[in-house]
Amino acid sequence: MTRKANHQVVTANHLLEGDAVWFTARQDWSRDIADAAVASHEEAAQALLNAASKQQDKVVGPYLAAAAIDANGNAAPAHFREAFRTRGPSNYFHGKQAAGA
Amino acid sequence: MYLYSQFDEDFVRNRVAQFRGQVAKRLDGSLIEDEFKPLRLMNGLYLQLHAYMLRVAIPYGSLDSAKMRQLAMIADRWDKGYGHFTTRQNIQFNWPKLNDVPDILDALADVGMHAIQTSGNTIRNVTADHFAGAADDEIEDPRLVAELLRQWSTDHPEFQSLPRKFKIAVTGSPNDRAVVKAHDIGLRMIRNESGEPGFEVIVGGGLGRSPFIGKTMREFLPKADLLPYLEAILHIYNLHGRRDNKYKARIKILLHEEGLAIIREQVEAAFARIRPQFQTPSDELVADIARYFRKPDLPPRGTGSFEGLIAANPAFRSFTETNVANHTNPDYGIVTISLKPIGGTPGDATSDQMRVVADVAQRYGHDEIRVSHEQNLILPHVAKADIPAVYAALREAGLATANVGLISDIIACPGMDYCALATARSIPIAQEISTRFDELKLENDIGPLKIKISGCINACGHHHVGHIGILGLDRAGVENYQITLGGDGTETMSLGERAGPGFSAEDLIPALERLINTYLDLRQSRDETFLQTYRRLGTGPFKAALYPQTTEQEAA
Ligand code: SF4
Repeated sequence: MTRKANHQVVTANHLLEGDAVWFTARQDWSRDIADAAVASHEEAAQALLNAASKQQDKVVGPYLAAAAIDANGNAAPAHFREAFRTRGPSNYFHGKQAAGA
Repeated sequence: MYLYSQFDEDFVRNRVAQFRGQVAKRLDGSLIEDEFKPLRLMNGLYLQLHAYMLRVAIPYGSLDSAKMRQLAMIADRWDKGYGHFTTRQNIQFNWPKLNDVPDILDALADVGMHAIQTSGNTIRNVTADHFAGAADDEIEDPRLVAELLRQWSTDHPEFQSLPRKFKIAVTGSPNDRAVVKAHDIGLRMIRNESGEPGFEVIVGGGLGRSPFIGKTMREFLPKADLLPYLEAILHIYNLHGRRDNKYKARIKILLHEEGLAIIREQVEAAFARIRPQFQTPSDELVADIARYFRKPDLPPRGTGSFEGLIAANPAFRSFTETNVANHTNPDYGIVTISLKPIGGTPGDATSDQMRVVADVAQRYGHDEIRVSHEQNLILPHVAKADIPAVYAALREAGLATANVGLISDIIACPGMDYCALATARSIPIAQEISTRFDELKLENDIGPLKIKISGCINACGHHHVGHIGILGLDRAGVENYQITLGGDGTETMSLGERAGPGFSAEDLIPALERLINTYLDLRQSRDETFLQTYRRLGTGPFKAALYPQTTEQEAA
């Protein structure tokens, strides 16, 4: 059995707008999960979370979320909840899906 | 319209000013989130999946046109042009920005509203029937009692740190429209044999993680004994309720663990002690409260073109059948405005729709609007002669869906489209059900049916008391929906029974179709409702409809 690598990203909500943001390798925040820094083992994940947690003046509630790697090698959501956070609600064309349009 | 005494202008303005300062400090980094979070929650500001959410209190679900117009203004200016009315009879704005919130709170205060949340382990806001003051089966307006209870419990020195939060609901009529059996204390107004009004006192109900139907502690409590009796209940709960485990701290667990008889005995003993020295509220206070909730003068109006239009216009006839309830005054009706358009989001109203409702209420409805826990709006006092005009105005605004109490009048919590606690989405499920049964043109044939959907175990969508309840869960990373059958939230309350394994979102709708078709096949007549048929036959045939394969295998 091949175990999936334990990819994780740090995500949070933006302090002012409250929308989902992801922590990047440049130690700032992006509204696109594809920009997220990916940790592939637990130690790296903790280090990422520690760095992100120092930026509570920009975001609310940073946490580690399981991630997948897409065809371009970028981070992508691994769970449906995280997938919804990259898009917005399904009943209206609001949130990130609208910003990207 | 009454003046709401809880609204103390100075207090609210002060709180807004304070919160403005706190937001500024959060934004400049001098407050961290751990410090700020309790402050924002007290002011009704939550963080959801995609944005902040502001929850605005609507005491007793009662609004007037000025308040409704202001909510519309707020939706346009600081949100995305709509608001969501919830099962807690308040309104939520789903997209405010943090730095706009103090301005929104000021705009609310301009019309006597606020977003201050009762919090902590105290007696929370008391809720009442949304038909209060209008229903023809009502003994007395339950809001009078509810407001008296609120004033009695606010700052009550003994009850500021109860084992857990405590919720009370009151219905002024024997027919329960306030789900009183799902509250810590539920009061159902009834008359005794000599015709005096009093209460059936129901204790220990609740939904959520461990659902319980409230149990009758007193069959009949004279009105005058209400406060000392409730004080006795709270006293016993305060002494014996569990403080060691937050999931076991509600009075429902105490009652379940100790047994009704034992707790009742203790309550009655405490009541006997408390009653002689109890200071009953002054007549002035009672008269004051009665003035706040004074019924509008309803002059005789006849019925105008009402009956004629019913005969002439089938669409109007179905609207009156489902959306108009009997008023104490036969010249009037209670109009329910459905916020459940086919395929829409349960409980949402656009700012334009809010303004239409405000106009109609002002012109034809004695300026009263209510929010129901079923996520609809109500005009409690409309002359029958005006209902044709009201209907026309509502229809123009997409607000005349004739489906109250039918399969598409679904309660759904925000679920994972908004709520951070959700385990699955609920809104799209509601949308699909209402769209599908509309396509099948079965809604009116099916008749009264309550579907209630929650996006997690917290049960804000009251799924336990839906005739058909749906609970969204996360099963190994996929949304999965569990069906419960036979729930009922009224005076004949029952908790739904879990039908079996959950369904994927795709399989859920066909499963519901099989379930409904089975009901249509098995009912004795068109008058036998889904719930009645279910109660007559039990789960057997309905389970067989939901899980045809399993049943075949068992038979083989
Ligand atoms: S039931 Fe769960 S998902 Fe639905 S609103 Fe309540 S907490 Fe959120």
